[in-house]
Amino acid sequence: MASLFATKFKVRATQITADLDHRANIRTALHSYEKARDEKKGQYQDWEAARERASEIKWEAVNHLDSYLLEFVSKLTARGTKVFWAGNGQEARDYIVALAKERNARTIIKSKSMTTEEIHLNDLLQKIGCEVVESDLGEFIVQLRDEAPYHLVFPAMHLTRHQISDLFQQKLHSAPSENPEDLTMIARRELRLKYLQADIGISGANFGVAETGMISITENEGNARLTTALPKIHVALMGIEKVIPKLSDLALLLPMLATAGTGQQITCYNSMFGGPRQEDEVDGPEEFHLILLDNHRTQLLADSEQRDALHCIRCGACLNVCPIFRNVGGHTYDTTYQGPIGSVITPHLRGLTDWKHLSEASSLCGACTETCPVKIDLHHHLLQNRRNAEKKEPNLSEQFAFRAFALLARYPAIVNWLARVGRPFLPFAKVVDAMMPAPVRAWTSSRDLPAIARKSFRDYWRER
Amino acid sequence: MDQLFPSVGISVVRILEKLGHTVDFKQSIFCCGQPAFNAGFWDESRAVAVRVVEALTGDEPIVLPSGSCAAMIKNFYPELFRSTAQAEAAVQVSRRTFEFSSFLVDQLGVTDLGSRFPAKVTFHDGCHGLRELKIKRQPRMLLERVKDLTLVEMEDQTSCCGFGGTFCVRFPMISTAMGETKSTFALETGAEYLVSNDSSCLMHLQGLLSRQNRKLKTIHLADVLAST
Repeated sequence: MASLFATKFKVRATQITADLDHRANIRTALHSYEKARDEKKGQYQDWEAARERASEIKWEAVNHLDSYLLEFVSKLTARGTKVFWAGNGQEARDYIVALAKERNARTIIKSKSMTTEEIHLNDLLQKIGCEVVESDLGEFIVQLRDEAPYHLVFPAMHLTRHQISDLFQQKLHSAPSENPEDLTMIARRELRLKYLQADIGISGANFGVAETGMISITENEGNARLTTALPKIHVALMGIEKVIPKLSDLALLLPMLATAGTGQQITCYNSMFGGPRQEDEVDGPEEFHLILLDNHRTQLLADSEQRDALHCIRCGACLNVCPIFRNVGGHTYDTTYQGPIGSVITPHLRGLTDWKHLSEASSLCGACTETCPVKIDLHHHLLQNRRNAEKKEPNLSEQFAFRAFALLARYPAIVNWLARVGRPFLPFAKVVDAMMPAPVRAWTSSRDLPAIARKSFRDYWRER
Repeated sequence: MDQLFPSVGISVVRILEKLGHTVDFKQSIFCCGQPAFNAGFWDESRAVAVRVVEALTGDEPIVLPSGSCAAMIKNFYPELFRSTAQAEAAVQVSRRTFEFSSFLVDQLGVTDLGSRFPAKVTFHDGCHGLRELKIKRQPRMLLERVKDLTLVEMEDQTSCCGFGGTFCVRFPMISTAMGETKSTFALETGAEYLVSNDSSCLMHLQGLLSRQNRKLKTIHLADVLAST
């Protein structure tokens, strides 16, 4: 039985793949990314060696996660950071909600964080009466539309300027304009006020440096700086796999993240946070809370085949090159993390039976693995997920079919004879298409069947 | 190839014999087992693949006119047969397996086969050949030496055509959208033929092109190289 999620995926995929405007919009959006990315990659003396090195850094961190995390946390707590270890999303949400209630928080400003999306934080904060405002421009736009981010790096890439202008007119009563600068200024005016009102600022973390006990946040709009600096309380949510050993590792990882993620040499703003305002400092938040989230990551860590999926730096490069993503778009996945990396890790985060269809929805072309800056073996992990799913709960009709196939494979001569006898009837297959088994119809709805060869290779070989 | 595209096999035999080699065809082999393997049924896949491993003993090189089947044997057999009685034999077979164009160029050092194909063509890289086996320049080197042939590259030349084995019938809507994108790029080149080293990609693309009454025809690399 297909899971409800699988059925939903197919329905959405059927609708959106027929939407030629969507296909063209995504292509246009990614075309400029591709150009910029290739140009920036070209500035590396050896991009392949850089990938190798980045993957070594992440390998070291992930394979010694326990010791790096402890080093990281001890340095942070020494500076007065309150560190909370959350085993799952519930624990992380409870901590943040309790804090918001305790401090009587009314307005919360957020900078971009996929991890907060993963634990569905906004819904819960809104339920207890907080106003939650996303400050990243793309996130701000999708929040106004009451939508999930479309892409983990470009949350609003599916929207045109025209649509954004309409949205702003409708929700913010702004004047019509399709000029990107005007649109940005409209959002900026809204947001500036919110920064000043906010009681709590919530951020994610791109990296956690064990050596110095600091989180690193990389961004292009300066919104994360304001989110973390203006409110009295800064809460950061970080997946435990984001820890890296040394400060100098950032010298490679930050530019690589920018190149692979957005086609930039480096992003415009890069900040590090190691604690709340210290005694000799004049600004910064009074409280700094860091929540370290497991949420099934340790389970993935225990999987020796797919452990490298924890190397992910959430650059989104695998989405950008993925022909599946480019055709079905981000929302069809219905997951926090879209594209190849999402298809690999969602079964680990949310259950294999419900999410194995994402591993099946791949032609295994390998473009993701080829582009991944930290060398995650993405498309082979999709294969392993398929194998694990069938081992756990085999699809019996498919199993029967493949067993029958394996049996037939023992007798190629008989198959050849059957094919020879059946060959004259095959032209009629087109006529009786509706009576054909489902896989044939799935083929013929958009494609002609191959022309039938007069004679098989086997027959040619025997007769020569 | 056996039942649907026998000409590809015949072309491979002709080319190799023309180069002075002796070709054998193991009639006991039916399939490499990739369909079951990719669907997650590794036990069933092994039941098919074991016949390949058992039939192909010896030292002779094994040549396949498909990057996909070649990748299955070369890259995935060692994993499929790990910790089984055939583990060693599978590694042996894997080492001796080559995709046709890379066998000609890298193993035999041949690029000019004295072929002639008077047409404008564009080339599609099957993903398994391209990314699992890293075959990209070999088919192009061979096509460049074909007399009267003009090779034009299409946009996004390395993007997947959307066939993907059982994927194409599990998710026909995605597979079709990918195929439409690919065939549009191929059509934009103005080529008369779309050439590839994988029959499965071509079957999918030809199916789409025929349905849309396009004149662009698909043809396997071996059939181009066997033309005189």
